Amino acid sequence: MTVDQRPTLEGRLRERLADKPLLLMTHLVVGYPSLEDNWVMLEAMDAAGVDLVELQLPFSEPIADGPAFVKANHEAIAAGIGWEEYFDLTARASAAFSFETLFMGYYNSVYRMGAEPFAGRLAEAGMRGFIVPDLPPEEAAELREHARANDLDQVQIMTPTSSPARLAEIGRHASGMVYCAARTGVTGRQTDLSQGVPEFLARCREATSVPLGVGFGIRTADDVRALRGLADVAIVGTAGTQAWLDGGEPGYRELLDALVAGTR
Amino acid sequence: MTAQLSMWEPSPGGYFGEFGGSFVPEVLHETLEEVREAFEAARRDPGFWRLYVDTMAEYAGRPTPVTFCPNLTRQLGGAQVYVKREDLNHTGAHKANNVMGQGLLAQRMGKKRVIAETGAGQHGVATATMAARLGFECTIYMGAEDVERQHPNVFWMEQLGAEVVAVTDGTRTLKDAINACLRDWAESMADTHYVMGTVCGPHPFPQMVTWFQSIIGTEARAQMLDAAGALPDAVYACVGGGSNASGIFAGFGEDAGVELVGVEAGGKGIDTGQHAARLAGGQGRTGVAQGYRTVFLQNDEGLMHDTYSCAAGLDYIGVGPILAHLGQQGRIRFESVTDAEVVDALRLAMRTEGIIPALESAHAFAAAVREAPHLSPDQRILVNQSGRGDKDIFTVADALDDEGWREFIRQRAAGYAR
Repeated sequence: MTVDQRPTLEGRLRERLADKPLLLMTHLVVGYPSLEDNWVMLEAMDAAGVDLVELQLPFSEPIADGPAFVKANHEAIAAGIGWEEYFDLTARASAAFSFETLFMGYYNSVYRMGAEPFAGRLAEAGMRGFIVPDLPPEEAAELREHARANDLDQVQIMTPTSSPARLAEIGRHASGMVYCAARTGVTGRQTDLSQGVPEFLARCREATSVPLGVGFGIRTADDVRALRGLADVAIVGTAGTQAWLDGGEPGYRELLDALVAGTR
Repeated sequence: MTAQLSMWEPSPGGYFGEFGGSFVPEVLHETLEEVREAFEAARRDPGFWRLYVDTMAEYAGRPTPVTFCPNLTRQLGGAQVYVKREDLNHTGAHKANNVMGQGLLAQRMGKKRVIAETGAGQHGVATATMAARLGFECTIYMGAEDVERQHPNVFWMEQLGAEVVAVTDGTRTLKDAINACLRDWAESMADTHYVMGTVCGPHPFPQMVTWFQSIIGTEARAQMLDAAGALPDAVYACVGGGSNASGIFAGFGEDAGVELVGVEAGGKGIDTGQHAARLAGGQGRTGVAQGYRTVFLQNDEGLMHDTYSCAAGLDYIGVGPILAHLGQQGRIRFESVTDAEVVDALRLAMRTEGIIPALESAHAFAAAVREAPHLSPDQRILVNQSGRGDKDIFTVADALDDEGWREFIRQRAAGYAR
């Protein structure tokens, strides 16, 4: 067996997990509310000590997103955000900040770009992997091949409705990390983390050895704290964007500081 | 007996050639598996198809007739024109078939609630009647713009006991209503069935909706043999998502001598960009959205275009994957007709035969009107009249630009004004 010298997503996460029990992943829709605001948000994430950031490429039919991100997608598109603007921001972010970056977007964008150019552009932009919620593992073989060639990981998604057989199948394809959706439905609503989440995460843990991230309804420092010992990465999406819209930069920084404190 | 559907059988993964598949958030994976299994079991159970046919006979008025149109034939001076009368279904369109089929399936699956998307409202009204009849709770998602444009259908859905949710995302039309359904289902799947209204979306919907709608083609084939003593030389059907076309074409798929013609919405003309011709216009490109791979009207970066048609039921970005595949194979020929041709064809059908096609169905008539004169009098064509137009008096009166109707509305509005 040869030891892979290149730092993988999993390797990078494990390194960070040596220092603290739980990592924090945040999210933004590129171009919403604006590219300028995005940059200030990214600076705040970096200053707060966020570990990973999902950068969402806007799409016109975002079927896995709740109302807040649907609106964000459509407004970003209306503002003219396309691939060039997206990769310009993500490349600058990867270069400037210490957190890792992941692509998040829908499969039609990947499909239109082509698997090989897509993987190439992500790698060029310094990203570590991708989350494509409408691309099931059985449809992703070609993309995973190009991802591997570019040191990228496809972040697989496990859900409370997944059967043991399905979790095992997803686990077989898992690399980098797995995104565990804490409940059914779409992004942007509260989740009661006492309700079945520990059992669900135990099932996920059985299916894969890669780090587990938990998202969907993780909104507060208490939510984050509740995941310590259960998961490796707390994922906060909608609540971050909401804090920006409600409280501007000060409100946003306050939330990020609280969330990061929840990981320690 | 069910239609011979071998050419509509998907390959593994729910593919028809390169189109189809299932591209949904992981949370829906098991739900779709459950629907696939239930559908397969129902399909193998001859009693289920019999129950479906009997229910449609008792409740919805099937079989619908095939009507020979001697006056229209004479006027066009070519092929003999026959019309399959899906307008005579309960609720006035072929939509009634699919909703009852899926309703009976949802009963077998033990579901308590159904949800559906609707564009103009036909599929929503049909779903609401089925839900009332079979005892389901019912939520209909409808683009906010469509809610404003199509209030009579909103009125009926609500009277039938359905909750109508106006979708304010995106272009606020049919595609956004489909997205809203997928989001609802991602949460409600334990007790809810999504009654997709057309032959689109993730596997098994394209195949399943085609199967239920094949009742049209199965009847029509036998009726043509009865009435004309021969199969038609060509069959015309309008194509939005494509369920009425898939349904009637399914009856003739194995008959190599029957040409199948799918008619898309040319809107204000393909060159204007204001149309919904995915296949006929040459402007559609393969993509993956709303759970399936097909030819979509989209830009270089995969963002969906706004589509346009005078017929709300044809105003959609994608097309059934089976139809896209059979188009690619050359089994179906796709044409587009403009709004102007549609209005002329509608007038002609009404004046010559006293039948009132919906604006959607008038697209099929328009292509037939264009082509029939070039065929010989011993040839026969069959047009699928997928729905009735008299129910959509507001949109039809607008399309026909009728001043008398406008004056009537002004007076009624004045009467309601305080």
